[in-house]
Amino acid sequence: MTAINTVAKATGSRLPSWIRYEVTAFAVVAALGMVGYLLFPYDLALLTRIIAVTFLILSLDLVTGYAGVVTLGQAAIFGVAAYAVGNACLAGITDPVILLGVGIVAGVMMGLLSGVLISRFSALPQLVISIAFGQLIAALANKLSQFTGGSDGLAGFMPSAVLGVFEFDLFGRTSFGFSLVVLAVVLALLLRFVQSPFGLMCRGIRDDALRARMIGTAVYPRLIIMYGVSGAVAGVGGALAAINVGVVSLHSVSFELSAEALVMLVIGGAGHLWGALLGSVLFQLFGHFVGSTNPFHWLTIVGATLVLITLFAPKGLYAAAVSAVSKFRKGRVA
Amino acid sequence: MNDLLQLSDVSMSFGGLKVTQDVSFTLRSGDRVGLIGPNGAGKTTLVNLVTGNLAPMSGRILLQGEDVTHAGISHRVRHGLVRTFQITRLFQTLSVADNVALALLQRKGLAMGFLTSATERPEIRDEWTRILHVTGLESRAYDPVSVLAYGEQRLVEIAIALALNPKVLLLDEPAAGIPHEETHRVLDAIAALPADIAILMIEHDIDLVFRFASRVLVLANGKLICDGTPETVAANDEVRSAYLGSYANDRRSA
Repeated sequence: MTAINTVAKATGSRLPSWIRYEVTAFAVVAALGMVGYLLFPYDLALLTRIIAVTFLILSLDLVTGYAGVVTLGQAAIFGVAAYAVGNACLAGITDPVILLGVGIVAGVMMGLLSGVLISRFSALPQLVISIAFGQLIAALANKLSQFTGGSDGLAGFMPSAVLGVFEFDLFGRTSFGFSLVVLAVVLALLLRFVQSPFGLMCRGIRDDALRARMIGTAVYPRLIIMYGVSGAVAGVGGALAAINVGVVSLHSVSFELSAEALVMLVIGGAGHLWGALLGSVLFQLFGHFVGSTNPFHWLTIVGATLVLITLFAPKGLYAAAVSAVSKFRKGRVA
Repeated sequence: MNDLLQLSDVSMSFGGLKVTQDVSFTLRSGDRVGLIGPNGAGKTTLVNLVTGNLAPMSGRILLQGEDVTHAGISHRVRHGLVRTFQITRLFQTLSVADNVALALLQRKGLAMGFLTSATERPEIRDEWTRILHVTGLESRAYDPVSVLAYGEQRLVEIAIALALNPKVLLLDEPAAGIPHEETHRVLDAIAALPADIAILMIEHDIDLVFRFASRVLVLANGKLICDGTPETVAANDEVRSAYLGSYANDRRSA
């Protein structure tokens, strides 16, 4: 956050102050995407998949990092949105932007439902309810094969050109560009959202729910609304996953994906949107490259690295990086 | 109609133990009342009954004439009943300014903004700046609450209470855990509160209560045994045996 603020001050001094930070954040994400494009021009499918999952991590950060609700059922929202988009596309709604809207609507509905169930409880019961909820949705996805294709997955749909101009190509350039722009827009909006009165109140609830009640806040409805917003973000991710790949599998609603999402969030830094972004990108890139260079021991290597990160950066890589930078600055001043 | 808070025959028991027995009292506009009583007298339970953390088994609680006996915590806060906590309960990771701003946003009905700014919004900023000035916390505005000394955290509690614009303010041991030489900062902050609100201070430190209160309630074994000026309370035999007796003994043995 501080680093971006410095960049914002240095580069965007001509922008009006109320939007400077958001515009800079948009530019930073776009620039990072361009770096990715230059580094891996033949692996755009990987980058596109990373972006779709990043929305899941951002959505998890909203409820877990910002509102203190611990959940292992977030993939349910992501997956249901992906199935909704696949079915909509099969039914003839092929415009990618409208499909994104379908994903958001499905995500909001699933988010509100999760919120009503999961944020009713706290601590361990909350975690257990979230797992049960996730498993229920996963079981339904397996059973309702006329909508989900069951274990074969839902396939055979093809979105039309983005804005009627950019056809989805074999190299995945359109998918990548489309996903990157959506990510930059959503992240900029979310950065503003978490600084808003509502976002600040959710952080207050995370710190001390009784205190929040004692300043007159109705806690439960706020958590449900936060879940709705989080659902919209997860819905965007699910929609992009379906649009880009053209297949939705049971993995997208699975417990494994929910658990991986929590791991990515924790190593990146819960309670920071940049941390969620960092954790998502690093974890997936790392998993991909370790997996392809050492296919026999890659899970061991990933596990050991996670243990090390948790030991030495318990608040996540983002927080560790921020404190390292501020120490370095202080050192230079002194 | 100056009765801001009215308790009539409020009772509460936990598994057969009567912790609050037929307690009745009234707080009016401008009242400065102390609530004292030995350990285990039921002071905290009484506060929890008033704020809505607990629901009484019988009796009625009126807040500005409205029956709130079974109303929730946040409802009572919105109707002017505010408390501070004996052990500070603050938004620990947020800054001092954010803590106060949240209370302001909530009170002004601005807490549901999704894309507007929060703490730095001009009308909010002006008000928390004023409140932090009154409570002597100006230089701490942007520090996270978790790095503040305990005494300063107590002041943040009072700052939040001020931001909620209370009609009735319950101060639960506002000086607990603060080094003696710093209690004056808390007392100064309390003295700066608006004159027309009613304040009930629950306190162990009798010197502090007698300095602050114009009226003292004494609780012993869940019963209100005395309600009067500090002088009458100090002269009351029942109070002496129930409370000041043990207090005096403590002094002697210390």
